[in-house]
This record gives sequence, structure tokens and C-alpha cells, in this order.
Amino acid sequence: MFDEDNFNENGELNNLNKDEENKIKSEIGNNETKSEKEEEPSRKLVMPGELLNEGNYKAGIGTYIADKKIYAATLGLLEIKGQYVNVIPIKGPYIPKVGDSVIGMVINTSIVSWKVDIFSPYIATLHATNYLNRPFNPLRDDIRQYIDIGDTIYAEIISFNRTRDPVLSVRNKGLGKLKGGRLIHMVPTKVPRLIGRRGSMINLIKDYTHCKFKIGQNGVIWLQGNKFEDEFLVVKIIRKIEREAHTLGLTDRIKEFIEKEKKRSDVDNGVN
Amino acid sequence: MELIKLEKPEKLIDENNIRVDGRKLNDLRPIKMEVGVLPKANGSAYVEMGGNKILASVYGPREVHPRHLAESNKAVFRCLYRMATFSVDERKSPAPSRRENELSMVIGQALEPAIFLNYYPKTMIECTILVIQADGGTRCASINAASLALADAGIAMRGLVSAVAIGKADGKLIVDLNNVEDQFGEGDLPIAILYPLKEVSLIQFDGILTNEEFQQCINLAYDACEIIFNKQIEALHKRYSKEIIEKDNKKEA
Repeated sequence: MFDEDNFNENGELNNLNKDEENKIKSEIGNNETKSEKEEEPSRKLVMPGELLNEGNYKAGIGTYIADKKIYAATLGLLEIKGQYVNVIPIKGPYIPKVGDSVIGMVINTSIVSWKVDIFSPYIATLHATNYLNRPFNPLRDDIRQYIDIGDTIYAEIISFNRTRDPVLSVRNKGLGKLKGGRLIHMVPTKVPRLIGRRGSMINLIKDYTHCKFKIGQNGVIWLQGNKFEDEFLVVKIIRKIEREAHTLGLTDRIKEFIEKEKKRSDVDNGVN
Repeated sequence: MELIKLEKPEKLIDENNIRVDGRKLNDLRPIKMEVGVLPKANGSAYVEMGGNKILASVYGPREVHPRHLAESNKAVFRCLYRMATFSVDERKSPAPSRRENELSMVIGQALEPAIFLNYYPKTMIECTILVIQADGGTRCASINAASLALADAGIAMRGLVSAVAIGKADGKLIVDLNNVEDQFGEGDLPIAILYPLKEVSLIQFDGILTNEEFQQCINLAYDACEIIFNKQIEALHKRYSKEIIEKDNKKEA
């Protein structure tokens, strides 16, 4: 809910309680804890300002309360989860969240840090000490010999609020500078669908294309495959997911799509 | 829709209560709305209201330039209203005029209460409105277009804003003035209403009305805005509904 005075002390929108936040997180696809449901809930397209109040529900993400009624705050898909009414936005900017993994491009250097464009309204900072894991002396060391302008990094947001731009960290496993591969941009709000329930979608794509993936919650995907054809197929798949993100049974349809495409490319190769 | 030549007609409303362009007193002009017309903008909309042709685009939330204008607790909302040189009968000078600057401000203030600016601190949301053809009531049409573009950009909003001008000509109250009625009528009252709370976010007035007439005007505006609001919702549904996506798939296959 986007209530006016609803900021917590960190300056973030206090829209959820802890449990709910964890729930959403798992839905967003940090693919660890999620009880598998038999059927996906049906999704309805709602407009900003649409009345959602049906029974005794609580206002979840993407909603607001006025006159004790719940309204949608964005153009998105209605989702009822337990007590909460949520609206998953169809479009929209990436708003950084602490704990998110993002892919960014270094756009500037200062003496002891890098400025990273994370394709969001805010520019992130990565400190040299964090990257090098040791004290950094700018008198002896040149920051650009480690990461230069134009390089791509995969990092985690460790702090962000309304008084401070996001700060990145590369300390965790799998994070750091990205070499080679290919970057694809997609709508950030659709990244959860690319991952799927417990990573079902991304695992499916990995099985078929044998590509390595790094997924940024900001809608940037890095991938590296053995063959150009594989990478190209992934691009096609991602575009398809983006288009059909709000439809039901997407994973099955993607599976069909991949098999069809594979067959076609096999035939092409045979002819050649 | 053909434009009526701008010259003073004998009567703006004839004895059968038919207006210069053949409408009844409470009729709106034909409306056409399209969402997502500019792929490079974050959100965009094209609106035709009678002879008005308006293109609105929204960029952002993005970084504020110059940086010192950024506000730490909310986004900066900027609105830019411009008329094309060919949008009116006599060529309009391309330099921003006083009227354009004023309308930019007025439209911005009408839309601002609809946006949850505090959700995007230290950013800027920019809305550019281009009038391709003008036929009276461009500010109302611009507000309709801009609120569609904002919704298309996925920005958190309380709801859509719909606007319409109510006026008076030949002693009778009329809805959705065209250029001739605007120029030679007796009053012009543009109203913007913020849905779903039905709050008035813009009201301007020029002319003479009695107290009673003013109240009637407000009621007429609520009725007319309801129609426009429904059209806006329809346009957004058309852009994002599942049928469209299914059609796309068929084309591919």
C-alpha cells in the first residue's frame, strides 16, 4: 500500500510486514522456499484506481487504501494471496531493494569507488575495498585496473533508502565482474516469470539450451552458451515470456516452444 | 472530423438545441484513445477529442537533471505542453509562449495529485504533451492523454484523471466546447476529475455564470467525465488485454 506517511525508519515504503515480505520474496523467485500449488490463481487485469475490495482482505503490494477501501495503485494483474490483495505491475521502473541481485554497467570511477548504472532511476556505488576484499590505497593503486568503465558486474544491493543511493557488494558467491557472454534487457516486473516457481522455468531453459545464466532483478540477464544458436534461442524465449508473462500455464507452453524451435533448427542443420 | 471555420456564426445553438457541429447540448465530441503508441517512451498515449489531436509521452521515473532539483522525499513531476506550429489556423511560433508555459503548469498540477510521488524519491517523472491539432479544449484533452500515458508507464497512481470543458453559449449550458463555442460563447469551465475518489483536481473559469448554473456545470462535468473515464479504461484494456496477446501469437505462428 502506498499510504502517504507509511515510510519506515529506513525510508522505504513500509508496505508489508515481515512474513508477507518473505512470501513475496519467494514468489519473486529467490527460489528457495515455496510450497508448490496445484493450480495457479487466475489473474485479472486491473487499472490504477480500480476498486479491489472484495470481502475482508488486506492491502498488499501495488494497492492503496482510501475511505477504508482497497484500490489498485498500478496497472497490473490482480492476485489474491491468503489475506492479501496484491497487484503485480505489468510495466514500471526497477526500484532497488536490499538483497536483490542486479547486473549493472560501470559508468564512472571515483578515487575509491565505481559508479554503476543498474538500469534504475538511481545510480549505485561499489566500493573498491568491497570488491578487492582488502584495504585500498589510491596512492599506490589505480582503481581502473580492476574494473574499467564499460565493464559489467553482477552484484547485490546491500543498502538503499530514500536518503542514500544503492550500495553494491560482490562478496557473495557467484557475484563479481562478468566476462564474455551476452546481456539481455527485459521488463523488471517480469523477471519472476523467467525464474518460475522454484526456478522451474529457468531450469527448463538451462536443460534445453545448456546456457549459463545470471539474472538481475533489475531486468538484465547475462547468459553464455556454447553455440550462438543456443543464445539466440534464449533471446527468443525471453521475449516470449515477456509477452505472455500474465498468462496461465506458461512453463508448458515454453517447453513446447523450445521443442518446436529445436526441431526446426535440427532440420535446418540437416539441409545445410 | 471536420473542423468548423473560426468565424462568428449567427447562432451557436439553433431552436432545436442543435449546436454548430450538429451535437446536442450534452453530447461529447467523438473520442478516440490509443495507448502505447511510442515504443521508446516509458508510457505514451494518443487522444483525439473532436478536432483535437494530442500525443502524450511519459519518461521516467529517472535521474533528475540538474541534480540539485531532486527532492529527497518525493519525485519531481514535470509537465511540458507544446503546440505544433501547424496545430492552429495561423502558424504558431515555435518558441514557447506564455500560454504554453501556463498550460504546462496547470496540467501538471491537475495530474500531480493522481501520482504517488513519494514512491519514487529523488527521481523525476517527465510528461511531454504535443498538440498536433487544436480545436478548443486542448487542456482537457491533454490531461486525458497524459493520465493515460502515466498509467501506461506503470507509475503508481491513485487513479486516472479525466477532464472536460463545460461552457455556456446563447444562454444554454453546453458540454465539451469546440473552438468556435470557446471563442464566441459566454463561458468556459474546464474541470478535471480524479477517479475513483471523484475529486476535482482542476477547475478554471472564464465568463459569467449564475450560482445555479455553476452548480449545474459541475454536475454536467461529472457525467461527461464518467464517459471519458470509461473510454480511458477501455483504451488501457485494449492495449493490455489477453486477446491482443493471443492475436500476436497467431500472427507469429
